[in-house]
Amino acid sequence: MPRPFTLPDLGEGLTEAEIRKVLVREGDVIREDAPLLEVETDKATVEIPSPMSGRIEKIHVRPDQTVKVGDVLVTFADAAAPAGKESPATLDPTRRLAPTPETVVDGGRARQVGAQATSAAAGSAAPSAPARGVAVGGPVPATPATRRLARELGVDLHTVRATGRGGRVTDDDVRAAAGAPTDARVAARAPGDAAERAAESAREPRAAARPLASVGMEPPPLPKFEQWGPIERQPLSHLRRTIADRMTLAATVIPHVTHFDRADITDLDAVIRRNLEAAREQGVTLTLTAFLLKAAALALKAHPQFNASLDAAAGELIVKHYVHLGVAVATERGLIVPALRDVDRKPLLAVARELGALAARVREGKATLDDLRGSTFTITNIGALGGTGAIPIINYPEVAILGVARAREEAVVRDGQIVPRLLLPLSLTFDHRVADGADGARFASDIVRRLERPEHLLLDL
Amino acid sequence: MVMGDLVREVDVVVVGGGPGGYSAAFRCAELGLETVVVDADKRLGGVCLHEGCIPSKALLHVAAVIGEAERAKEFGVEFGAPRVALDPLRTWKTDRVIGKLARGLSSVAKAKGVDVVGGRGVFEDSRSVRVEGDEPQKLRFAHAIIAVGSAPAHLPGLAAESDRVMDSTGALEVRDVPARLLVIGGGYIGLELGQVYAALGSAVTVVEMTAGLLPGVDRDLVQPLARRCEKLFAAIHLGTKVGALRMLRASVEADLGGHGTHEFDRVLVAVGRRPRSEGLGLSATRVTVDARGVIVVNEQCRTDDPHIYAVGDVTGEPMLAHRAMRQGKVTAEAIAGRPVAYDNVVVPAVVFTDPEVAWCGLTEGEAARRGQSVKAAKFAWAASGRAATLGRADGLTRLLVDPESGRVLGAGIVGPGAGELIAEAALAVESALTVEDLAVTIHTHPTLSETLMEAAESLLH
Repeated sequence: MPRPFTLPDLGEGLTEAEIRKVLVREGDVIREDAPLLEVETDKATVEIPSPMSGRIEKIHVRPDQTVKVGDVLVTFADAAAPAGKESPATLDPTRRLAPTPETVVDGGRARQVGAQATSAAAGSAAPSAPARGVAVGGPVPATPATRRLARELGVDLHTVRATGRGGRVTDDDVRAAAGAPTDARVAARAPGDAAERAAESAREPRAAARPLASVGMEPPPLPKFEQWGPIERQPLSHLRRTIADRMTLAATVIPHVTHFDRADITDLDAVIRRNLEAAREQGVTLTLTAFLLKAAALALKAHPQFNASLDAAAGELIVKHYVHLGVAVATERGLIVPALRDVDRKPLLAVARELGALAARVREGKATLDDLRGSTFTITNIGALGGTGAIPIINYPEVAILGVARAREEAVVRDGQIVPRLLLPLSLTFDHRVADGADGARFASDIVRRLERPEHLLLDL
Repeated sequence: MVMGDLVREVDVVVVGGGPGGYSAAFRCAELGLETVVVDADKRLGGVCLHEGCIPSKALLHVAAVIGEAERAKEFGVEFGAPRVALDPLRTWKTDRVIGKLARGLSSVAKAKGVDVVGGRGVFEDSRSVRVEGDEPQKLRFAHAIIAVGSAPAHLPGLAAESDRVMDSTGALEVRDVPARLLVIGGGYIGLELGQVYAALGSAVTVVEMTAGLLPGVDRDLVQPLARRCEKLFAAIHLGTKVGALRMLRASVEADLGGHGTHEFDRVLVAVGRRPRSEGLGLSATRVTVDARGVIVVNEQCRTDDPHIYAVGDVTGEPMLAHRAMRQGKVTAEAIAGRPVAYDNVVVPAVVFTDPEVAWCGLTEGEAARRGQSVKAAKFAWAASGRAATLGRADGLTRLLVDPESGRVLGAGIVGPGAGELIAEAALAVESALTVEDLAVTIHTHPTLSETLMEAAESLLH
């Protein structure tokens, strides 16, 4: 019996994912837990391991396709099944008429053909080969005309995302799944072997463009840009769409207010420099971000209304008694915010070590879903890219975010003397429904004070 | 040179000229394939037209007219007892109904260029058929379609050696109207023909082996029919097996299990139909035939022999002409290289008794066996204006609906006209429509079709 493997429950209310890469080929024999597919959810790029050892009989998905929990990803052949699909290559004068039936496998529908042998095995010596195309989840709700269209376009209805009422697959869904060739996507990728990628993209049908979720006001229709010059349309990646949806939500729902401050990190910088080598011997890269995390975590303990979420429907502030900090990480695919757990309770060195490992996982697309959820407050450090400051958008449903720009040596007047000091520009953006300007100012200056006394961070004071 | 040595090369040979065969042949011809139909009686229409669906419906119409005339007493209109003249009745059935339709099929075949050859088709190998009989010849084909249908099943030990023991074919000839008719089998054939003979004046006794009439059909649909049959028939014995039939000089003595021994003028054996897969020379091909004589096919109706397809009753249940016709068209298109499959979700079924019983898709019995949770919406015709004006408030319309998506999964209707009404339900199930789709579609008032809308509405909140 072929065994279908479906997209497992991803938790956290996630119902769909986009296939990034298919890491196996039909006919491959793989062992249990070997990487099968790479999928991208709203939260992360996740590698899906094989649930069993066996031969891959059929792959039902392709890159850039959106799949739902329960959709069949691959079918494993029975371990005892003969390898490969050796179709009889005999010269057959009827070939010109006879279609190969494989593309239309849509099992489980026709009652009288279920579990019966099949023409795929026709021509082989054994007349009753095991049935191919056995049921992979029953009939897909669609009109007969839509099902015919799917056959004509070579689309497996089981893999199509349904948008119709009652879960019905529409003609448009089928056409979207069939996709259209594109070269626009090449540009969206990181530069690399362009020729190879172009060839790859020509092979893969792209994901269809879909409207973004709208929040509140509908934007007015766009003008016809073609009237002013040539344009091209590029579909958004799954991650881009997610970012867009979430930023629109946060920016629309939350009344943002921003407080600016600067921290004198001359001493902190000295501490980092002095201990860089010693930490490296422990396998840890000491970074400013680790200290920022620690300072924010300790400050959040003193200002719990910033470590909270607003339940607008209930009219309540949900204060969290744990401090998990989100860290914005720029990847070549877009912004991802993994969460570091219990920063307030961990020694600084441990925070730095975990931060390094987490950022590496995220950049490699290996982050787990747990890595990416549960944060209570977010820090975004854009210092590496320059600039003098930025006002980030709050990571909904959190209530505040700390933006950090590049530290610069500046002339500072101290005790009547002009001295060079290293100053770090900070911006605290928070939800004005939850806190007022004075609260924000106090919270920000608490962070500043802690950064200016690095020994306090090391001593968790 | 003997005629049998002539070899004619064609694209497609269709063995059997019934609904499956002629539908396949016509479609093949439309698609540009040179097609020959081999039929033992050199006729198109098969059992359906000549000794099945069509003649039985003609006779049931006669029975319905007699029944309506009888009922008219309720409205104060009396016609008196009907006088039935069998000769004009047979002439009408044979010439005006069957003859006219058969001539129509012949002219369609001529117009499409489909050649009909008289004789029995016997396969010599996977590429040729020998025609035995009136027009002996050898046909070499690229593809063959087996559409030989089914024949009435006989009870072991109840062989029809006496012309007093008939099968459905014999009963439809209406050689006479027996005073006492025993019908063995309470399925659709037994009940339809039992009602015909009861209307013509026979005292009909029905013996059914299982515990209820129309085995396999949901009981709520059978009940109104059972009540009507109790009035029409002299006796109905359920859970009863006929022990033995003894031929007397002018009658048949039947041992009716626990119900004593009775004399009948004729006996109708209606215990189902068997596929006619024997005597076709299939052992010379790679076609697989299962233990019940059913030819095994895949989604394109292709057998295990890549050159040979099979459609209709010879491929098993449900043995219904409309299923065969659809399979025939799928097969023709598959042979022509189109990406098609027999993927129909529903094969609607109708029992043309008074009242008619019709159903499609999921049944309550099937849902219960699968442990599938469904919502049932019933609409009793007592509340239908149209049913009241017809003097027929005994009907019922019932939908089975997926509780989550609201999709209509099955429908059952009992009442006059149920056979016509089921078409809308079949479209709904086939197209994965929801109860809302049915409920918001305007149905003409006052008609029985409103009962589908009303049943659907009862599930809307």
